[in-house]
Amino acid sequence: MPLLSTVDRAGAGVLSLLELTGAMATFGGRALVEAARPPYEPGEVIRHIYSFGYRSAPLVATAGLAIGVVLSMHTRASLERFGAEAMIPAGLAIALIRETGPLTTGLLVAGRVGAGIGAEIGAMKVSEQIDALEANAVDAFKYLAVTRILALMLVMPLLTIVMDFAGILGGYLAEAAVSGMSWRMYFERAFTFITYADLIPATVKTVVFGFLIAVSASYLGFTTSRGTEGVGEASTRSVVLGSMLIILGDVILVKVIFFFYPPVAG
Amino acid sequence: MTPAHDGPPVRLDGVSKRFGSKTVLDDITFEIGKGKAFCLLGRSGTGKSVTLRHIIGLVQPDRGKVFVEGRDIAPLHGRELAGLRQHMGFLFQNAALFDSMSVGENVAFPMRRHTDWKEAEIRERAQQKLAAVGLEHDFDKMPADLSGGMKKRAGLARAMALDPAILLVDEPSAGLDPITASEIDELLLATKRGGTTIAVVTHNIPSARAIGDDFGLLHEGKLLARGSLDELDASDDPLVQAFMHSHGAG
Repeated sequence: MPLLSTVDRAGAGVLSLLELTGAMATFGGRALVEAARPPYEPGEVIRHIYSFGYRSAPLVATAGLAIGVVLSMHTRASLERFGAEAMIPAGLAIALIRETGPLTTGLLVAGRVGAGIGAEIGAMKVSEQIDALEANAVDAFKYLAVTRILALMLVMPLLTIVMDFAGILGGYLAEAAVSGMSWRMYFERAFTFITYADLIPATVKTVVFGFLIAVSASYLGFTTSRGTEGVGEASTRSVVLGSMLIILGDVILVKVIFFFYPPVAG
Repeated sequence: MTPAHDGPPVRLDGVSKRFGSKTVLDDITFEIGKGKAFCLLGRSGTGKSVTLRHIIGLVQPDRGKVFVEGRDIAPLHGRELAGLRQHMGFLFQNAALFDSMSVGENVAFPMRRHTDWKEAEIRERAQQKLAAVGLEHDFDKMPADLSGGMKKRAGLARAMALDPAILLVDEPSAGLDPITASEIDELLLATKRGGTTIAVVTHNIPSARAIGDDFGLLHEGKLLARGSLDELDASDDPLVQAFMHSHGAG
């Protein structure tokens, strides 16, 4: 009996997950279709770009700086064993630009922006503000969800570039403190092995991260119930779900990027 | 502004609605004549607010039809539905003000969305609407800084922002002091005299008597009685009697 009950629960969990995945896929697909149809709500998109981008930039830059310092210390510790200290800037830049920068930016934004979207839309749902928008002849889905999804898709690559450069700067500061390397030399060495194939696909994939974060948070906001408890849950689940989707999505996106831009040795 | 239509602006025809296993509305039929005020009375949880939500298309009936300006509202979507809603104003029970905007911005919101009025004109009109509900000094306040009654009045100002042909009002006097409640009644009365069709959900019998032309009493999802307030007063139905006398009719 306990085994049967466990199987039942596991089955119910899988069904619930499939249901959530399907509902979110429908939500995201509808958002893309609606984004192409007028009215385009440019004012709201710009307001969200400011809110998500400009106000997240200090957090992303600070995190990037710290990650750059830590990555530099780790890279030095590893490469010193092989007498390859000269490769530290390049190793750090490749690691940051190809993976660490985009993924860390995604996780930070899922925490800061995803939670905010889930809570804000959720609070509007339980206080009937979404109904009030509809009653005022405004398409609430477009006004609240589509504008946020578009804004985050536009903002993510920019924040990722902030993260990348802050990380390289952090790496330089750590390296300069140890070896006294000049900024010019560090910069030249960092970008010697970086190609557009490293920078562009890795940065552009964060558009997908922005889509996943905003879709999951908006969906959870729109489906909020049970008052303030539900709002809190929507906020928390937005972070958890957004982070999970980014990590899982990253696995697929890296595979896709490697398909189109195979890694080249040397 | 109003779509050309000769019949009643609002008509519900055999509307039924269930939420889960609970029947909220059961075969509700009524109509509201042009420029008339229909007051929907009844105890809490009997489906009054859900009835108003059907009229503006926020809830779809399981059975029956809702006609607004002669058009069945259920199949309408997108621009068609938005176009019809621009002729309607809705005061929510808890006002549902947009809490990221000031009170004035809330009232100006429908004007910004649906008119090409200049900014100065929008601000002036919003100020006038707020003055009509006694909030002329509160344009720049945020909803969080208002009392419950003030929120209600601001919500009413927003509902009336575009001078709608049909005004749906959910508990306009709840949470208001008697003097302000009376002023809101006067405002609704003046709005009705201006040709607006009004549907009011209320518990307040004196307020209903002041505003209403026609009345309906909902009980457990059914329209138990329909007619003038005097007709409801004279009803033999014990449930109607109980409601009318427990709420100070007469």
